[in-house]
Amino acid sequence: MAIRTTGLTRRYGETTVLDGLDLTVDAGTVHGLLGPNGAGKTTTVRILSTLLDPHGGTATVAGYDVVRQAAQVRRHVGLVGQHAAVDEILGGRDNLVMFGRLSHLGTRQARRRADALLEQFDLVDAAERPVSTYSGGMRRRLDLAAGLVLDPTVLLLDEPTTGLDPSGRREVWQSVRALVAGGTAVLLTTQYLEEVDQLASQVTVLNHGRVAAEGTPDALKASIGQDRLDVVVRDEADLPSAHSALRAVAQDAETDLDGRRVTATVTDRMAALTYVVRTLDDAGIVVDDVILRRPTLDEVFLHLTGSTKEAS
Amino acid sequence: MTWALRDSWTVTLRDLGHWRRQPWGLVIGLAFPILLLLMFGFLLGGAIDVPGGYIEFLFPGMLAVTMAFGLETTMTTVSEDVQRGVTDRFRSLPMSRIAVLLGRATADMLASVVSLAVLLVAGLVIGWRIHEGVGNALVGVALLLLLRFAFLWVGIYLGLLFRGQGGVMAVQILVWPFVFLSNAFVPITTMPGWIQVLSAWNPITATVAATRELFGNGPATENAILLAVVWPVVLSVVFATLAVRRWTRLGR
Repeated sequence: MAIRTTGLTRRYGETTVLDGLDLTVDAGTVHGLLGPNGAGKTTTVRILSTLLDPHGGTATVAGYDVVRQAAQVRRHVGLVGQHAAVDEILGGRDNLVMFGRLSHLGTRQARRRADALLEQFDLVDAAERPVSTYSGGMRRRLDLAAGLVLDPTVLLLDEPTTGLDPSGRREVWQSVRALVAGGTAVLLTTQYLEEVDQLASQVTVLNHGRVAAEGTPDALKASIGQDRLDVVVRDEADLPSAHSALRAVAQDAETDLDGRRVTATVTDRMAALTYVVRTLDDAGIVVDDVILRRPTLDEVFLHLTGSTKEAS
Repeated sequence: MTWALRDSWTVTLRDLGHWRRQPWGLVIGLAFPILLLLMFGFLLGGAIDVPGGYIEFLFPGMLAVTMAFGLETTMTTVSEDVQRGVTDRFRSLPMSRIAVLLGRATADMLASVVSLAVLLVAGLVIGWRIHEGVGNALVGVALLLLLRFAFLWVGIYLGLLFRGQGGVMAVQILVWPFVFLSNAFVPITTMPGWIQVLSAWNPITATVAATRELFGNGPATENAILLAVVWPVVLSVVFATLAVRRWTRLGR
């Protein structure tokens, strides 16, 4: 077991941020921690990395208690926080050597480890340049490398791709996949549900400091039901007709004005598809796109945390 | 060598790395007090009449003020590290926890030694001289560094206390009236009565009076050297205690 928390509680003043969190992360897996802002994701990561004391409950990481065995936890856990926490003025190599020395590797060992990490994260060419000249993706990769100096058995990633462009995000994803292949357990918090879809084998959805749901991404999607049918019409004026066509085969139908799109949950996928296409065609409505799909994690997420995205 | 010392030195080396990477940052830091020295010495000094000439009077004051301004440098660095997550990174490593503060202290003291040395040369160039022998002058330099050490802990404490730009800016502004409220630039006797009392109690005043005496740039005052030791030691003890407390309680 890489991470186990029982009844984890943390308050800031009068506000309870974590309210009895029970979380289990298996060794060698990526576990996604989802939730709206203020749900307690970052607080969880900060407690697990010994930066913050819990006010109640227990947490063990890599088999060590975060309060009583904080020193051992720090030796076995890598942290990559929300900000790229590296020195901007120094080069990438100097940063990694410094973190290696501070992790009590010998000087020569720290240098060797730095070189290996630069190689692994494809930063050899930029090794001597000041970090302030790095792109967002490079900076994040360096930050990941810094979290891996001691080859941790558990890696905590707090929104590792926030603020990155799509290519930067892909770079980070690749690195994380490679790590997990090497046996590291990863706890990943993110605002991007696509990220969890890409990386995580297990997901916990947090809301108000409690677990709102957990399971595999697929199970979570299945838990809120069936397939979704999207219809995109060419002319906005046809949206009401498309809406009523979908209502005939589904319980819910939501209209998205900006996307000229109507979305509905359907039970009998093929019957619904045939009916909707035929009805719209008969009515002479020009359809740009028809999509039959599983619900996205976004929809699962909004469903579970009780927010609504758009008026139906 | 214990881990605390080795880790502190690693943290210090980080700052030395900054000097190597961005020498202009260090140069600006050194140029600023020299600029002030020239402005006060030659632009304002002509209108200020003190026995022995204004440059001789001003220079020890300028040295002490430079040490006091170190408070800002320390506070800014500490507060930036907290904001950028570098402090969190350090705290998540299996390193000696106190080394982050000790390393900061060592780096800032080294910078101050360099800064003092450059200022002393600049002073000699514009006509300042010592008149009481090298031994006394070295004691004077030691007292200046002791004052810097005290303000270093004030800076670390404030840097940990105020997160965000607002706190740093407030200190950057308030440090000016603080250094002017002393005998650094003009004799206290020229100030209004109740301000004289405040200025007399300023720790900077004690150090300036003592260094003037030790350099032979002004008359000896009673207990000046004693106060120039007691004030910084008291400040160091109080603020180092507060800073370490604050540091160990970051996770509470």
